[in-house]
Amino acid sequence: MDSKRRKDSPEEEKKRQVLPFPDEILECVLGFVKSHKDRSSVSLVCKDWYTAERWSRTHVFIGNCYSVSPEILVRRFPNIRSVTLKGKPRFSDFNLVPPNWGADIHAWLVVFASAYPFLEELRLKRMTVTDESLEFLAKSFPNFKALSLVSCDGFSTDGFKVIATHCKNLTELDISENGIDDAGGSWLSCFPDNFTSLEVLNFASLNSKVNFDALERLVVRCKSLKVLKVNKNVTLEQLQRLLVQSPQLTELGTGSFSQELTLEQYSDLENAFSNCKTLHTLSGLSEATSLNLHLICPACTNLTFLNLSDAALQGAELAKLLPNCPLIRRLWVMDTVEDKGLEAVGFSCPLLEELRVYPAEPFELDAILGGVTELGFVAVSRGCPKLHYVLYFCRRMTNAAVATVVKNCPDFTHFRLCIMNPWEPDYLTKEPVDEAFGAVVKTCPKLQRLAVSGLLTDLTFEYIGKYAKNLETLSVAFAGSSDRGMQYVLGGCPKLRKLEIRDCPFGNAALLTGLERYESMRSLWMSACHVTMNGCRQLAREMPRLNVEVIKEDGSDENHADKVYVYRSVAGPRRDAPPFVLTL
Amino acid sequence: MSPETARNPPESEVTGLNFKETELTLGLPGESRTQAEIVSKNSKRGFSETVDLNLGSSSSSETRGRSQVEEQGESEAPCAGKPPASKAQVVGWPPVRSFRKNALKSCTYVKVAVDGAPYLRKVDLETYSSYQQLLSALENMFTCFTIRNVLNERKLMDPVNGTEYVPTYEDKDGDWMLVGDVPWKMFVASCKRIRLMKSSEAVGLAPGTPAQSASAS
Repeated sequence: MDSKRRKDSPEEEKKRQVLPFPDEILECVLGFVKSHKDRSSVSLVCKDWYTAERWSRTHVFIGNCYSVSPEILVRRFPNIRSVTLKGKPRFSDFNLVPPNWGADIHAWLVVFASAYPFLEELRLKRMTVTDESLEFLAKSFPNFKALSLVSCDGFSTDGFKVIATHCKNLTELDISENGIDDAGGSWLSCFPDNFTSLEVLNFASLNSKVNFDALERLVVRCKSLKVLKVNKNVTLEQLQRLLVQSPQLTELGTGSFSQELTLEQYSDLENAFSNCKTLHTLSGLSEATSLNLHLICPACTNLTFLNLSDAALQGAELAKLLPNCPLIRRLWVMDTVEDKGLEAVGFSCPLLEELRVYPAEPFELDAILGGVTELGFVAVSRGCPKLHYVLYFCRRMTNAAVATVVKNCPDFTHFRLCIMNPWEPDYLTKEPVDEAFGAVVKTCPKLQRLAVSGLLTDLTFEYIGKYAKNLETLSVAFAGSSDRGMQYVLGGCPKLRKLEIRDCPFGNAALLTGLERYESMRSLWMSACHVTMNGCRQLAREMPRLNVEVIKEDGSDENHADKVYVYRSVAGPRRDAPPFVLTL
Repeated sequence: MSPETARNPPESEVTGLNFKETELTLGLPGESRTQAEIVSKNSKRGFSETVDLNLGSSSSSETRGRSQVEEQGESEAPCAGKPPASKAQVVGWPPVRSFRKNALKSCTYVKVAVDGAPYLRKVDLETYSSYQQLLSALENMFTCFTIRNVLNERKLMDPVNGTEYVPTYEDKDGDWMLVGDVPWKMFVASCKRIRLMKSSEAVGLAPGTPAQSASAS
């Protein structure tokens, strides 16, 4: 039950009686309001609503861990059960942020331990989490249920040993895409024998072997297990044993799919997959052979999300597989499927809403063969009119193709096109690809997220500023001709929240144009641009409620601001900044 | 993008902005002033050339664009906006997370068996960039062979006893294929093991018409 408030004074009580309904009912009603944006709006209505909202909120989302302090958080919201925190700037995923930059969870955990002893869920993205913190977490929150770590660092699998041992009510352990020390898989054995509450287990991104017996016993006794994503070291044969015990799975991530199977093993697996009637998400399938790929077909009937980004399939293999998955809405593939594979997607996936094509050889500089082109992109758009989310890595593109794609699919909300060679022009006309992104913003009014690439002049940004009225996130790299580019965006996109820029010719004039904007945005990142320390100092001077941080690289020009990170904060400047982060 | 703007780059009185900067030209983004001036100087020559420049007709702008890259290649690149002289790898680009780097980096060592040889060898396909290189390496390994290009099919011949060997490989699907049909990279990705098969046994494998993949070197 929620903790009680202190009694109000008689005057205040009288005032309250004028209200149409008492606060307790208001709080109860507000309990049904889940979305953060709605709750934000509610809290702005009047003081009473602000108060009711803060008492009734149980989940808080903090998009930038430095925008607020744990003390401020717990002071405002006394009844939080679930916290989502995001730390480092997104470009840290691509090694643009030096190690030990910050975003350490520990200080938060210490405050939570006293303010939210009944904390149940912690979801972290791009935060640093040490094994000590995991131990502290496991021992401080007796009701702890769900831990999700995405793209985090600082911990090892030893940290999971303590979680497994102490979190008696654990329902979710979700570890994705982290750069961590894999100290082995013995942590699975640490779940006690009477532990049965697990519903979500995802360790697909860990590299070490796990104790399979322990895993099997865990799966057997956790009858509510709905999500199971194992790592590459679990063989097909082992997977079969797990599947047989858990036909109720809704999400499955397989281990390695390359094992050479006997007829009997193959048949057993076919049966096991046939029994997975409730599966809606499938991933893993690493190194899948054509033969083994067929095993999943009986489980694909109700599949809505198929993640093949770890399975380097050829186009023909994809073409054979897709007709078994008529309800696919989200599809992630590797570009080994090539345009032929994408044609098959266009044919077989009429309900497709999201497509991601990842590069098999992203760092292969002179790759000419292989991968996908503008042709595959157009082919998908022709067959999938509901497509609204795309992430597309390619080595060539044309303005005309993109214009065709958005004509076929005008409902794009997320358009992330990555032409992998910087400054790559339109493949056919050799012009900049300004018109491609111009077409996107002109044709897709619902666009929320855009990533641009290829040879781009300021014209692209003029288009974006003029047409992308719902744009919230913009990623720019190796683009633009002058400050005007960035100025167009800052002057034009009213809903912009996140702007991340690298290797563009934008300087102080552009940076300072955004003075009025940055307080309404979550953050700005600019690296390898033309911004100087003086420009940053000026920004910091004029906007005291922004944190203006510069990451200095060794050996760089004294006056050059190598990496600039600007964000609004009510917590003031960071107190934990390492020496290479200068707060201005 | 009117030709008028391009021909007479005015200076705005209000903002002091030199519209030369905002001129839409095919100069590469972020290049130094001097390069931009070169381009805009040309734009003063005449309407038709301006149109060529700014509206991006293929040939002239293409060569101009290319020569600019070469010119710039030598000069010291400022912090942003200039294409590197050589295609050096850029930190954090393309934006894929490091766990995806290893997508295709599974072991590329494959066993090589030769019919009649007492033991097998292993080669790392990654160390070669063409079929010719691979076959030369095999030739060196099994020193008795020489490569003989017969009718565009690649065969190895043992000069001692005159036996011809046809290089074949097992692909991911378990099928035995003739080496040389598919582009090199595709071969590396799908080859699981190699067998130098005696020509006499290779009936039915060798194609009727010579393998024609021009791109496979």
